[in-house]
Amino acid sequence: MSLIELNNVDISFASKGKKKGSVNALVGMNLTIDEGEIIAVVGESGCGKTTLGKVIADIYRPTKGEVLFHGKDIHKLSKKEYQEYRLGVQMVHQDSYAALNPNKTIAQSLILPLLRHKLAKNNEEALDILFEYFNEVGLNPPELFLEKYPHQLSGGQRQRILLARALSVRPKLIVADEPVSMVDVSLRISLLNLMAKMNQKYKISFIYITHDLGTARYIAAHGKIMVMYLGRMIESNKIQEAIKNPMHPYFQALVAAVPEADSRRSEFAKELPLRSLDMPDLLNLPEGCKFHPRCPYYKDICMQEEPKLRKLNGGIVACHRAEECMKKTETEE
Amino acid sequence: MDPILEIKNLCIDFQTNRGIIRACDDVSVNFNRGDIIGIIGESGSGKTTLASGILKTIRAPGRIARGEILYHTQKGEIIDLLKLSEHEYAKHRWTNITTVFQAAQNVLNPTLKVKDHFIETAMAHDTDKKLTKKKILEKAAMLLSQVRLEERILNSYPHQLSGGMKQRTIIALSLLLEPDIIILDEPTTALDVITQWYIIDILRKIHEETGITMIFMTHDVSIIGSVVDRIGVMYCGQLVEYGKVEDVFSKPSHSYTFGLMNAVPSLKDDITKRKAITGYPPNLLELPKGCRFGPRCFLSNDGVCKSEEINITDMIDVGNEQLTLCPHWKKVKEQCH
Repeated sequence: MSLIELNNVDISFASKGKKKGSVNALVGMNLTIDEGEIIAVVGESGCGKTTLGKVIADIYRPTKGEVLFHGKDIHKLSKKEYQEYRLGVQMVHQDSYAALNPNKTIAQSLILPLLRHKLAKNNEEALDILFEYFNEVGLNPPELFLEKYPHQLSGGQRQRILLARALSVRPKLIVADEPVSMVDVSLRISLLNLMAKMNQKYKISFIYITHDLGTARYIAAHGKIMVMYLGRMIESNKIQEAIKNPMHPYFQALVAAVPEADSRRSEFAKELPLRSLDMPDLLNLPEGCKFHPRCPYYKDICMQEEPKLRKLNGGIVACHRAEECMKKTETEE
Repeated sequence: MDPILEIKNLCIDFQTNRGIIRACDDVSVNFNRGDIIGIIGESGSGKTTLASGILKTIRAPGRIARGEILYHTQKGEIIDLLKLSEHEYAKHRWTNITTVFQAAQNVLNPTLKVKDHFIETAMAHDTDKKLTKKKILEKAAMLLSQVRLEERILNSYPHQLSGGMKQRTIIALSLLLEPDIIILDEPTTALDVITQWYIIDILRKIHEETGITMIFMTHDVSIIGSVVDRIGVMYCGQLVEYGKVEDVFSKPSHSYTFGLMNAVPSLKDDITKRKAITGYPPNLLELPKGCRFGPRCFLSNDGVCKSEEINITDMIDVGNEQLTLCPHWKKVKEQCH
């Protein structure tokens, strides 16, 4: 049985501005997360990545569809089971400064959940647990960090503390929402490696949400990648295969847009395979395939019928013309 | 080579309760006319301070302790920007030297339409009072098309534009007075990859057409690596390396440069080769003795260099216009490639 399962989840937010209507942040999302699995979720800003993470952690309630934990709907669990789910799914946020109470020391902030959930009987026991995890995430010596306030620490250190906080309640799944986007480049890899190590050691599953494809490859080296566009999953595959042979034209553009530091490794992409660089109005989505106004390969069918996810090349893709698109990019190369 | 900016021994201090922080420490560098220059470094390394120093927008508690910034005008005059009075500098700021700030999305005034930004800027710098609104708007429309925006957005308010569109508007605004130098401080942070690619592509085209000198400040070398001509690396307020981009990438002469290049996540090569730099940058109030990168440097760990005994003052020319601060650069070159 899979750890978490999303069945046809829809989420829509009502728009109260001048233009009435609703924004569909997630549409017909199906996803299964197995124990010990890493899934990287990528897409442009506004595509619903964070909403997906928040649905998994039960911060947003789906408008339609259900979220299953060990096969049971999370809104029909008994109180005890629900608590087990809540502890089992932890989040690591993007802004590490906003995620920690500025008026409390790190120790004060981190001991509380351990006592509340009876993972420790008293402060001493809680501190022992924290020492163990602080060593694990590379904050040595722990006592130096526990007595500090969040503003006294650097971004990289705070991000490690968030990870230690999530680990300290022994979760089954960590939803990491852009955990390294505010961390300096020189320290990003060490955090990604750390998450990969935690995955190996404790068999914790990860949902890694990012707009940076480059980093996705490091944490999810053996995992899956899922590409989102306007609230829909449009492609999913094993990560190495997906980046080598992107199937959906949108994902092809995304891969082409990733810059390479060393100019010897690759040239600056002269052109992106896109017709338009701007996203459509979220309140007024196009008919048919939602990507066709930007797609260079579109045909009549794309304007009329929304493509469904189908199997291709070991993964799944939602595009009428994926085969042709892949062939075109191959011949161009 | 035809220099446009010569920075000599620039020091910028910030007074804090616990002592003085020298955020820009003895930086000396020459920028050539028509080049695209990249300055990279971690947060807190002094990139933005250097940019503010060039623009002379340092405000208390910061102050420029010493140094010279020589600006070579198009007519061949040489002006020390730091000696100018506030009033005299205003003649150069935005007319000759402009900037696109970090988080530029918040620079636009939310109560003014885009066109009012253009009119206000042009009028403020029009000392002869010759310009008409019509002329300014014609120019604005031309610049907007250069950054691939439609003319109609002149009548929009900033909140009606997306992040990428605002950023492009500001780039157009910075080009309004036909400047010599444009300083871009993290121009693409907070934008996603496709918009980022688009902005860089626009800037590249503008450079091709006008030959304007561009100075990029960024912490993410992958954004600019394939666009810039020369690259400077900053660490803890010091410029530790400066040279042509190919040389800096293929033959780094400072181990921090090597570490930084090696830490950038990439889409293509073997993932096991990438490594973060060990440790954290030091507190600027408690700098290590001698070499500031010493505690994190692999050469120091290998015993090649006792970092606390090295007295670093000037940059060393290692050939081919590549400058470094590391006295053991030969060892670095041997071991890093």
